[in-house]
Amino acid sequence: MVLRRIAATLPVMAVVAVLVFLLIHLSPGDPAALIAGDLATTDDIARLRATLGLDEPLWRQFALWVLRLAHGDLGTSIFTQVPVSALLAQRLEPTLSIAGLTMALAIVLAIPLGTLAAQTAGSWIDRAVMVFSVLAFSVPVFLIGYLLIWTFAIRLPWLPVQGYARLADGLGPWISHLVLPCVNLALVYIALLTRMTRATVLEVLQEDYIRTARAKGLGVLAVLGHALRNAAVPIATTVGVGIALLIGGVVVTETVFAIPGIGRLVVDSVQRHDYPVIQSVLLLSAGVYVLVNLLIDLSYGLFDPRIRDA
Amino acid sequence: MPDAELSARPLGVAPIAATPAAIEADAWRAPRGRWLRKHPMLVLGAILLLAMAVVAGLAPWLATHDPQDLDPLARLQPPSLEHRFGTDALGRDVYSRALWGARVSLSVGLAVAVLSGAIGVVLGLVAGFVRPIEGLVMRVMDGLMAIPGILLAIAAMAVTRASLATVIVAITIPEVPRVVRLVRSLALTLREQLYVEAARAVGTRLPAILWRHVLPNMMAPLVVQATFVAASAVLIEAALSFLGVGVPGQTPSWGNMMAEGRNFVAVAFHTILYPGVLLALTVLAINLVGDGLRDALDPRLARQL
Repeated sequence: MVLRRIAATLPVMAVVAVLVFLLIHLSPGDPAALIAGDLATTDDIARLRATLGLDEPLWRQFALWVLRLAHGDLGTSIFTQVPVSALLAQRLEPTLSIAGLTMALAIVLAIPLGTLAAQTAGSWIDRAVMVFSVLAFSVPVFLIGYLLIWTFAIRLPWLPVQGYARLADGLGPWISHLVLPCVNLALVYIALLTRMTRATVLEVLQEDYIRTARAKGLGVLAVLGHALRNAAVPIATTVGVGIALLIGGVVVTETVFAIPGIGRLVVDSVQRHDYPVIQSVLLLSAGVYVLVNLLIDLSYGLFDPRIRDA
Repeated sequence: MPDAELSARPLGVAPIAATPAAIEADAWRAPRGRWLRKHPMLVLGAILLLAMAVVAGLAPWLATHDPQDLDPLARLQPPSLEHRFGTDALGRDVYSRALWGARVSLSVGLAVAVLSGAIGVVLGLVAGFVRPIEGLVMRVMDGLMAIPGILLAIAAMAVTRASLATVIVAITIPEVPRVVRLVRSLALTLREQLYVEAARAVGTRLPAILWRHVLPNMMAPLVVQATFVAASAVLIEAALSFLGVGVPGQTPSWGNMMAEGRNFVAVAFHTILYPGVLLALTVLAINLVGDGLRDALDPRLARQL
């Protein structure tokens, strides 16, 4: 079963590879002219076409591209002439820091919050949680980001306005630069997870075994423990699906907080028509999404012995 | 417009044994009141959205200045009687630009919802009813969904020249799989229904079955999904423009305005705040309509989330 689940990721990644490869060929017009930009001469375009192998038949270009990928070669950035893998490596730390901390923050806050809302369903607490989640889904990340900057960095000079400090330069500056971006980004993720936790816990609380647990005199916390364990699988699934939301949010947040991460890199690359970089970031983020969801699916056995034994 | 459509369809709450005059009166009063009482958030969202649509439609008449007019002597001014929302870094009137920005956001939301709805229905029905193609369509959709929506739209903008039309297409691409998945899963249930089987048994052709029996029965969840797609499209458009890869820079869109205000957070926060609040209100309105419609049209679904 585990093997079948792992094998199921292969067609997804194959489709992603084809889509990412075709990206540049699907555009109307000559890809070489597109890469060369508006100021290029016909000679420039012809030279570029030859160096990039764009004069080869399409299937051969694809085969060569996949072969290079398989060797870990993501290509060379057209704009900076630096290997894409080196570019990505430079930008990885800020992006991973934001994404990781945000996810941790969201899980730690959202699951108790959602459980509380389910336990007190219909009360003002429950309503407040639901209102918060609708608002968090509607207010754009960048507006909240600027509100946070304006309040906690400009009006109250508690935190740095923007920028990033490497972990190697000390834990204090690293954390203080990450507080606002992570709180900013976590809001949407918390809204999503809280809603899902509330819904599943609410459903589980109707089950017979919960009534039994209550009848035999278990305390509220012990009952909720039972409920959470049984609600774990849908919640974990939502954490995985939310990864797409998280990666998309990182791209925007990095611009708001002027953080030199992968998201900023991809936006700059669009303006520079630097396709190898864009393609690599797409592949990388799809890879992360597929991998995290695979790991989550495989972890279901940890929460639920029924799945482990099946 | 959604408001009129909603109140015109009381969904079977109109009294049956009433005089024609009473029916006429009730059609105007009772159902409307009942809608308000049963789905206050839906009505609130619809009113908000309607207001935003009026603002967008009447932008040329409501605006106090030309949205492109530069006034180098009045740069980054705080809100005043002359400039209700203040001025931006080039001395343009933020209030007038914000009104015009409503046009961009609403047209992108509507266009993406309609476009991805149409494409999604066709692909979803094909996947649900034509077995050999199902695997291929769904695998492509899985692949599209593995790439975060904003990134996919950003990448699509990389290969085209920025315009309102290309932005709409770029946002439609990541939204299509969400519709396809919904339509296919509905199609899988609907094709087992007795009335579909009966239609097939009497020799109705597939296109006619789909058009007459399947499509009408998936309209409710489809409309709900379309509103959520619209909300997401409005947000992604603003994000693309904010990042500098959306509609062309000189177009007054909320995302562009916020991008231009980026370097003046400390000195002129109003240049970011006003377009941002309008954007948030618009998305909130669409989400409220979506949540409300879901609760109103399908009580079973409402209980799930």
